[in-house]
Amino acid sequence: MNVWQQLVGQPDAIATFEAAARAAHAVTAGGESADASGVMTHAWLITGPPGSGRSNLAYAFAAALLCANGGCGECADCRNVVARTHPDLSYLATERVIISIDEVREFVVASQYSPSSSDYRVVVIEDADRMAERTSNVLLKALEEPPARTVWILCAPSEADLIPTIRSRVRSVRLTVPSVELVSQLLRDRDGVDAVTAERSARLAQNHIGMARRLATNAEASARREETVQLVLGMTGLTDAVTAAARLHAIATDDAKAVTDEQDADELEQTRLAMGITEGDVIPPTLRSQFRTLEEQQKRRATRSLRDGLDRILVDLMSVYRDVLRLQLGVAEDLTNLEFETQLRHRAGSVTAAETLAALDAVAHARKRIASNVAPLLTLEAMLISSVLPEAA
Amino acid sequence: MATTSGRASKVKTSVAIPQLGWREARPATVVLVTGPEEFLAERATTAVRQQLRDADPALEVSDVDATSYAAGQLLTLASPSLFGEPRLIRVSAVEKCTDDFIEDVVSYLEYPDADTTLVLRHSGGVRGKKILDTIRAGAGGGIEIIVDELKSDNDKFEFALAEFDAGGRRITPGAVRGLVAAFSSSGSELAAACQQLMSDTSGDIDERDVDTYYGGRSEATAFRVADIAIAGRPGDALVALRNALESGSDPVPVVAAFASKLRVMARVMGDRRSSAELAGAIGAAPWQIDRARRDLNGWSEGGLATAIVAVADADANVKGATRDSIFALERMVSVVANYGLR
Ligand SMILES: [Zn+2]
Repeated sequence: MNVWQQLVGQPDAIATFEAAARAAHAVTAGGESADASGVMTHAWLITGPPGSGRSNLAYAFAAALLCANGGCGECADCRNVVARTHPDLSYLATERVIISIDEVREFVVASQYSPSSSDYRVVVIEDADRMAERTSNVLLKALEEPPARTVWILCAPSEADLIPTIRSRVRSVRLTVPSVELVSQLLRDRDGVDAVTAERSARLAQNHIGMARRLATNAEASARREETVQLVLGMTGLTDAVTAAARLHAIATDDAKAVTDEQDADELEQTRLAMGITEGDVIPPTLRSQFRTLEEQQKRRATRSLRDGLDRILVDLMSVYRDVLRLQLGVAEDLTNLEFETQLRHRAGSVTAAETLAALDAVAHARKRIASNVAPLLTLEAMLISSVLPEAA
Repeated sequence: MATTSGRASKVKTSVAIPQLGWREARPATVVLVTGPEEFLAERATTAVRQQLRDADPALEVSDVDATSYAAGQLLTLASPSLFGEPRLIRVSAVEKCTDDFIEDVVSYLEYPDADTTLVLRHSGGVRGKKILDTIRAGAGGGIEIIVDELKSDNDKFEFALAEFDAGGRRITPGAVRGLVAAFSSSGSELAAACQQLMSDTSGDIDERDVDTYYGGRSEATAFRVADIAIAGRPGDALVALRNALESGSDPVPVVAAFASKLRVMARVMGDRRSSAELAGAIGAAPWQIDRARRDLNGWSEGGLATAIVAVADADANVKGATRDSIFALERMVSVVANYGLR
């Protein structure tokens, strides 16, 4: 299976990158500049909502550029990209709330070297939206005068998340939200999930592929989501709201931990695979520093994962309030949380549409705050209070 | 009062001897004192000496530094004297002991002297593990006192209370709370502050004393501002806020103090369970529940709701959403001090 066949739901984007990688290898063979072909360029921006597979696509493209066969998915180059151990790949993964200026400086320096073993050197920044303007300007300099064999791949939720000067120097590839049908199909084909579970998980995950798979295959994850919905639909007053906030905070903490543990184990396995080590083997001293680096990265990621866990919960809450609003407006089809229809209808009948809108606002507001450095529990408290007692906000 | 340390589950090797909290320290042929908290180890050792001295004032005390221990020292100190006085040998820094020390202790444990109490202080690490394992396996008929860090506010509260108790002084719960808040980051500083306060004051100790001596500590000050605001005194609260900021308090802990007090108030407002039950459910100390119930005087549900939302706004504002964090704090204080009514 080549690197493109492992991706789903983005045929247009895949076609663009496949053609670009082909052109890139053609020009290295012929010796002219990669940009001259028109389909290849040295800086890319992949945009799309969480779960659309931005970073998967970024690394598939990276493999296609670094692999002599254009991303065969089988060779050492391809495997090393998957394990993030390829010598010509630099990447900045989702670990912290903010990407620091020093990190970007380091990347800019790395980008100046010519590739050591492959045709290109590839730099991936997974969350380019997490840069302050000052940091963006450092990156800008590198994008303005790129070495011929360096390719930048930035990822962000949308183009608007980057400063205009950066935007004008990258080629954007927009990903679409995969449909419930497509995600559910994927769960059936790739993970062997039964049709009913696949449909429900795809719907509840609101088409977020990774989330859908977790809901379908991990009973605890789906129990946590159910509790989240029950909690908010059951609140009636201040004490309920503050109690629910404490519980949501605990759920998010558990969820974040579960996700990070899975990711950690996965990455460790991939790294072992790339180095030809099986579990339980003694790691040779020459490879230890790589494992230590991985360990450090994983530790850093743990600090930001609570915010990600909270955001997943807030996305679930938005779906609940959106369902309530739909029912209040008399649109009963396309409910996300079909399993809770009775409670949703009860809530729809007991509050006004204006109150539901206020609750939606409160959640959106909290999401924005959680992304910065605020106290998470306090933010959840204020959010739930505002949705039960709108006059408090 | 609950035991705050000495959880046996922390120890992985099999243990055949009693493992006790610092407050349960008592003499035995061998008393192993393990754990990181030095001032608690010191309390435990002092308690052992006191009990021995109470039993026999002729007690002979000797101190040994395990880092410079020379072979044979222990046997000399522990060998029965002519008059048969009881002996206490206090050994410090077992975690950095010499090889001779390990050898001598292990062989001493086979035939310990019945009139000698050997106290071994080991603060952590693998050095001297053989000694720990041997004692824990039961050799020498020892006991272990575990001195864990004081983690929760409740642990600290109880520790401080015990300090004043031991000093024969009475102190109000509010004053203890103020002390705990002021020294929340370090147990040893808290211990020192308790001693200091007892020597600086006479008679019963209350909030005013704590405020006089430690009012400048930012955490204590932050809670003071919150207390005054929650009691519905806008003018005083704004003055207290200004004083706190002038004496160097950071805006963030001020907001955090408001949030933590209002949170407990909101949790207890609609809950009629007993303080003890609620304390468990919320993860707060029973005195915090009682205090929150008193603090609710004058508050309505809607007002408290508004106040918490205002505190969350202030949190976002002092952390960068606005440039004027003083104004953000003042607005929060005045919303809270007016019982959340606008
Ligand atoms: Zn390949």
